[in-house]
Amino acid sequence: MKRVVITGAGTINALGHDVPQTLEAMKNGTCGIGPLDFRDVDRLIIKIGAQVHDFEPENAFNRQQLSFYDRFTQFTLIAAKQAVSQSGLTFSGELSATSGVVLGTAGGGVSTWDENYRSVYEEGKNRVHPFVVPKLMNNAATSHVSMEYNLKGPSFTVSTACASSNHAMAQAFNMVRSGMATVMLTGGSESMLCFGGVKAWEGLRVMSKDACRPFSANRNGMVQGEGAAVFVFEELDHARARGAEILAEVVGFAMSSDAADIVMPSKQGAARAIAGALRDARLNPEDVGYINAHGTGTAANDKTECAAVADVFGHHADDLMISSTKSMHGHLIGGTGAVELLACIMAVRDGVIAPTIGYEEPDPECALDVVPNEAREAAVDVALSNAFAFGGLNAVMALRAYR
Amino acid sequence: MNVHDQVISIIAEQAVLEPADVTLDSTLDSLGIDSLGLVESIFAIEEAFDIQVPFNANNPSESDFDISTVGSIIAGIETLIAEQA
Repeated sequence: MKRVVITGAGTINALGHDVPQTLEAMKNGTCGIGPLDFRDVDRLIIKIGAQVHDFEPENAFNRQQLSFYDRFTQFTLIAAKQAVSQSGLTFSGELSATSGVVLGTAGGGVSTWDENYRSVYEEGKNRVHPFVVPKLMNNAATSHVSMEYNLKGPSFTVSTACASSNHAMAQAFNMVRSGMATVMLTGGSESMLCFGGVKAWEGLRVMSKDACRPFSANRNGMVQGEGAAVFVFEELDHARARGAEILAEVVGFAMSSDAADIVMPSKQGAARAIAGALRDARLNPEDVGYINAHGTGTAANDKTECAAVADVFGHHADDLMISSTKSMHGHLIGGTGAVELLACIMAVRDGVIAPTIGYEEPDPECALDVVPNEAREAAVDVALSNAFAFGGLNAVMALRAYR
Repeated sequence: MNVHDQVISIIAEQAVLEPADVTLDSTLDSLGIDSLGLVESIFAIEEAFDIQVPFNANNPSESDFDISTVGSIIAGIETLIAEQA
């Protein structure tokens, strides 16, 4: 089995347009959630979200590119560019043939669906732009990344709701670990912050109207975000041979299915995924210093997740730190695990634990150290990242400091 | 703008050329317009004249619409406008 390291990272999300800005915001406990700004927002009940602001697609892409790039693809390409640039890799010959892209997204080109449905239903038009399908398809972002960087190995898109990114990164990890691929670009992207996207979520009645307060007794729901994060997963010897800077090592993952309910989470399913990731990485529970929680800020998730962590870690659950950075960047749905992996990198590489902001009242059902409101300095060797999707599909990643 | 000028302008924009560089005997190939560029041009023409162009991207040569030159495209559009008026 090969060892797998991260040699590049890129992102754009409500906290920043690159990794340093995002980590600085997480360190400062900055909230990226604010009033939503798009057409027909006045007809929504939920009017807040973590939008990417000060972003002009026309400055990043030309007109022809924009006719093919939905916003979720734009975010992906921006993040991928930063990640590849940091890695210093160029892909040609054998490396190109053995390197690929696996990305997560839940909705794909939601705003392209939204705009074109509006055009044919509301405005009564009978004709849409010829590139609607290649623009909205869930694999558009993956394909454009493969074309941009000449990645000709295994490439596909994973769609498992809120666990999409973690499932995607797990596949990329496994491909490099098994020797199937040398380098994989992986992560995820989401852009559902448009009228139809938010209207659909409103229907579930799990969205907060004012703030995302994970683990806090007065939490009242989730808040959506948007953006992307992309990483370069590389085989360790390949990275060392070229003297690459290593951000962290990916040491394990596990997936599980609750096989129980289409929306309600299961403690057993979550616990099996967490315990599985420890086993896969050959770690003891005591090795884990930090967990980036799924922590959506809903009643159901947070207490189930805390109970699962308590079950797996026993007494050690009281010694580890667990925070939900969704309180800052919102829930990026299919892109969320990717942005949250940045907090895990910050924990193991920089010794800074991102806080759970908006924390106001202790909840006895979430009685763990949730790193309330302020970041903390702590030496952490191993961090886990949890993702538990609607449909009961769970994926947990394990990162270790590379020293 | 008449039909001729409007079509030239749409095709020139697609080819990223000046309208003066697009002549009646130019072919799409010579202008560097590929199959997706052609589909996008047909869309822009349909929008501009509010017509349906009988163009099938699966097999362009068998469509009831002659795309061999810019001149044949303009002639085809003028016929369609007359028929659909």
